[in-house]
Amino acid sequence: MTKALRSLLLPVLATAAFTGAACAQETIKVGEFASLTGKEAAFGQSSHKGTLLAVEELNATGGILGRQVELITEDNQSKQGESATIVKKLISRDKIIALLGEVASGRSLEAAPIAQNYKVPMISPSSTNPRVTEMGNYIFRVCFIDPFQGTAMAKFAKDSLHLKKVALLTSVSSPYSVGLAKYFKETFAAIGGEIAIEQKYSEGDKDFKAQLTAIKAAGVDGIFVPGYYTEAALISKQARELELNFPIFGGDGWEAPQLIEIGGKAMEGTYYSTHYSPENSSPAVQSFVKKFRARFAGETPDAMAALGYDSAMVLADAIRRAGTTDGPKLRAALAGTRNYEGVTGRTTMDPHRNATKAAVVITVKDGQFKFVESIAP
Amino acid sequence: MSEFLQQLLNGLSLGAIYALIALGYTMVYGVLRFINFAHSDVFMVGAFIGYYMGKLVPEGTLWGGLAVLGVAMLGCALLGMTIERLAYRRLRSAPTLNVLITAIGVSLLLEYTGQVFFGAAPRNFPSIFPVRNFQLGGIIVGSNQLIVIAVSVVLMVVLQLIVYRTRIGTAMRAVSLNPKAAVLMGVNNDVVISFTFGLGSALAAAGGILYALNYPSIDPLMGVMPGLKAFVAAILGGIGNIPGAALGGLILGTVETFVSGSQWSTYKDAIAFAILIIILLFRPAGLLGRFTVEKV
Repeated sequence: MTKALRSLLLPVLATAAFTGAACAQETIKVGEFASLTGKEAAFGQSSHKGTLLAVEELNATGGILGRQVELITEDNQSKQGESATIVKKLISRDKIIALLGEVASGRSLEAAPIAQNYKVPMISPSSTNPRVTEMGNYIFRVCFIDPFQGTAMAKFAKDSLHLKKVALLTSVSSPYSVGLAKYFKETFAAIGGEIAIEQKYSEGDKDFKAQLTAIKAAGVDGIFVPGYYTEAALISKQARELELNFPIFGGDGWEAPQLIEIGGKAMEGTYYSTHYSPENSSPAVQSFVKKFRARFAGETPDAMAALGYDSAMVLADAIRRAGTTDGPKLRAALAGTRNYEGVTGRTTMDPHRNATKAAVVITVKDGQFKFVESIAP
Repeated sequence: MSEFLQQLLNGLSLGAIYALIALGYTMVYGVLRFINFAHSDVFMVGAFIGYYMGKLVPEGTLWGGLAVLGVAMLGCALLGMTIERLAYRRLRSAPTLNVLITAIGVSLLLEYTGQVFFGAAPRNFPSIFPVRNFQLGGIIVGSNQLIVIAVSVVLMVVLQLIVYRTRIGTAMRAVSLNPKAAVLMGVNNDVVISFTFGLGSALAAAGGILYALNYPSIDPLMGVMPGLKAFVAAILGGIGNIPGAALGGLILGTVETFVSGSQWSTYKDAIAFAILIIILLFRPAGLLGRFTVEKV
């Protein structure tokens, strides 16, 4: 319905925007593709709110280069294949100058070759799989990558949780999960831990009792679940039902309020690594949290929101430095981003167009997300 | 050994849900000779009725849980009868293919109307029954697993009694055997078919609630995979055969669980469907089905 409605409204809105813009200067069109509905909707919604806040803030302070920013957002319904279609539409019909998105690496991987092909700079706020930016020199990201995240969690498991034998439960249908599992495994084995058993599942599975029973029989003292929040919550819940009461931990794919909503009490004593914590007392974080709460009915922004915000701000910074929205020049300016102070820390693009940032570990205690420690790159 | 028993229990509780859904497919096929593809979405609607009802009753009580189950079954029975009245009845004399396509249409209608009304994001299903874990030797039995198995067994026994011990059940079997002869004998086919849809949909609703209890994240497309599996279960047991559907569901659930717990977990669906193909090669009518020659 929303789609149908949008296709009806779009021409109307477009005409309105066009006539409005004709008097002033032409707007800067920025495209965003996000999972606003479907399985990973919490990611898309958070990330979109962050991006929207950034764009509204930019426009309120006079826009970029004296021009207003127009954010055109499309929903991929968390489905495979959908991102490619909407990104093609954003580029060819809406003529966007840059593309922001996605959280899930699998869907960023779908869009990246298209953006590269049309030479439209793309910034992924929070896709952590290394392959995303390897798709071409027009693809950037403002977050850390999985080799770092996997290493950080392996060290955390060994040094802070004191785990020796760990089970892996990986989603085989998500590049994010497969990549993160690989890097965790390599480091954990290298620092003297043991991966006792590896079990697999596919996106959308709901029954994990079989895998968990096999894990239980292997006699481990922790499970690493590098998946997304819906499955992570169901896995934790079913693990507790089988009386597996040891730490279950994962990566930034867990970051969503739904984790606690679906998992409930089972999430107590679980850990995950992510990009930022709203508890951080730095002025940049606190002012962002305040602005976000004021704009979105008291909601506390999570890491996806913070990265969504930073992705738009890094783009704005690059447009200012480039002095133009021309593709190749904008690309060069983005690649030259050095020490940009954002909400999630300093962003410096390395030669592979990835940002190097610290990770934070969050735990669930008494039904609340709590900051545990920060791991420097 | 305890791992084997634990997996067997996991498999049986999953299989019991497949069996409940499979019964709906098989009963409609038995009476009308067509596959009601919208059945898996009635299953989804059942879970959603449970979701909304679950907010009205206190969480974790037996009576509350049973009340939710009852209302969802009633609601879905009405939904099933409405679907039959509006979509399928006019096509009663049309070729089976037309009805089949209509069924797919109804299925998509329910799924995407569901996305509009309930939203596409997964929701957390409340724990409507009391939750306790029991230690039995080396294995852990969850109260939800017990509820799934108990409710399924009770419903299957009730179904068997309805079909073989009541007047309407006799009429159902008569329509299934020969609809024209049944009419001549004074059976009101419309009532019987409507009743069959109601009964099958009520079982789907029960399946939906039990599924959501065990895997408490529900969304409008949640019926697709379990529906497909239950359809396979119905064919496996011999479509049109009620004990066959139950048997098929249990076999499929158990096999799937054992494969998931092994090194080949990614192939669980492939293996489940391969088993279907093999069984159909050797017993084309399914495990308990009888082979009938179609007269032209």
